[in-house]
Amino acid sequence: MIDPTLFAAVGEVGEDFFKERSTDTLPCQATNALFCWDWAKDNIDRYGPFFIQHVELVVISVLIGFVVAMGLALLSRRWHWLRVPFLLGTGVLYTIPSVAFFFLLLPLTGRGRDTAIIALSVYTLQIIYRNTILGLDNVPSSAKDAARGMGMTDRQILRRVELPLALPEIVSGVIIATVSTVAIATLAALARGGGLGEVIVGTERGLGIDFKTNLIIAGGLTIGLAIVFGLLLMGLQRLLTPWRRARPA
Amino acid sequence: MTAIPIASVEGAIEFILTPQYSNVTGRKKVGGIDQVIELMLNQLWLTVFALAVALAIALPIGLYLGHRHKWESFALSLGTAGRGIPELILIAFFAAAIGVGFTNVMLALAILGIPPILANAFVGIHQVDRGSVEAARGMGMSEFEILRKVEIPLAIPTLMGGLRSAAIAVVATATIAPYGGYETLGDFIINENVYGENGVLAGAILVALLAVALELTLAGVQRLLTSPGLKLRPA
Repeated sequence: MIDPTLFAAVGEVGEDFFKERSTDTLPCQATNALFCWDWAKDNIDRYGPFFIQHVELVVISVLIGFVVAMGLALLSRRWHWLRVPFLLGTGVLYTIPSVAFFFLLLPLTGRGRDTAIIALSVYTLQIIYRNTILGLDNVPSSAKDAARGMGMTDRQILRRVELPLALPEIVSGVIIATVSTVAIATLAALARGGGLGEVIVGTERGLGIDFKTNLIIAGGLTIGLAIVFGLLLMGLQRLLTPWRRARPA
Repeated sequence: MTAIPIASVEGAIEFILTPQYSNVTGRKKVGGIDQVIELMLNQLWLTVFALAVALAIALPIGLYLGHRHKWESFALSLGTAGRGIPELILIAFFAAAIGVGFTNVMLALAILGIPPILANAFVGIHQVDRGSVEAARGMGMSEFEILRKVEIPLAIPTLMGGLRSAAIAVVATATIAPYGGYETLGDFIINENVYGENGVLAGAILVALLAVALELTLAGVQRLLTSPGLKLRPA
């Protein structure tokens, strides 16, 4: 069962200095109604810092994952035999649940944001790597031959033919990785990594794991963030591949 | 700064093998192989039941939509959107709004399993070569026979891919089931003040091993289910 001391309030100085907040328990707060509007209006600003931490966790983790996965993809494009070990390696890392990964790092990096970022970026590797090699594989060899016939070097072919043609798959991988990371980053709070999970398993006063209004606000912010990231990346995908729009649907 | 107890792999292995005194529960011992096996079985059953419920709901819908080639964008976007469900908040909300215990946690986990199974069932069936389906229809097969004898066998790798994604998500989230009032290996991780740092590390190791073992088992099942003719094809 849940240990009550985990949720006990600690360090209660701070925010109330800056904003007049009702200290009385609101009626709908006491009954733990499905959604307590009065409380939400009064307290929504408290989610700001956690939301920003959450965005940071996701952006940093996906960026690191993207850079490493692209590196692995380019290495295995150059040396084909690397592909199987890379797929297996990233696959095993993907299979290990993030919540376990946070704490497997315990003897190495302890708890905190860095640990969370390592675990989250490791999780994105397999998704982005697989999509990238899939995209590179799908480039028609005729396009590469034509480029070679035009006198392009290997590097030019990669940069001006293969990567642009593989972009839709690469960005699809980044979308899946980002949306997943937004959700999983709520678990970072277990390893004291910050983010929106803090309002559920953290020690913030008045919030908590069984207060429904809090859960709905935190859930709404998380899902909303996943949708916004997804739509932004889909827009980017469209911008980066103008030739796809010219094609009749 | 006070000395922080540091987790070590040796300590974690000792925690798994032999019960030790907790600094919270007083005279009661925690950890040890008996508790480890109990919590691991709890987590495994929770996962298996949740996957069964998810399969029972998602598979028929995915197969039907794939066979009829209907609602393509719904099925495809569900697969991605499902990954955006924050599992911690889902478990907590089920516990707060509906109640705690095995069934409620299991249903919350089943929700996480539905999107990948449905999306992959759709894609797998939808992608089956239309020529094969027409040939089967020409041979006089009923729609159900086409699905069972032609489409499903050809779609097995994709269908199993969906089940494996669902299994990874569900077994991972079963770790935080203690927040929904059902004890799994995650208890070692979540209640660090009961089990100590070595207990937390032990929990993480056990959860990782369970997830990898489940994934290997499902990969084996996939090999068994894949028709020999499909295996000949170059990957």
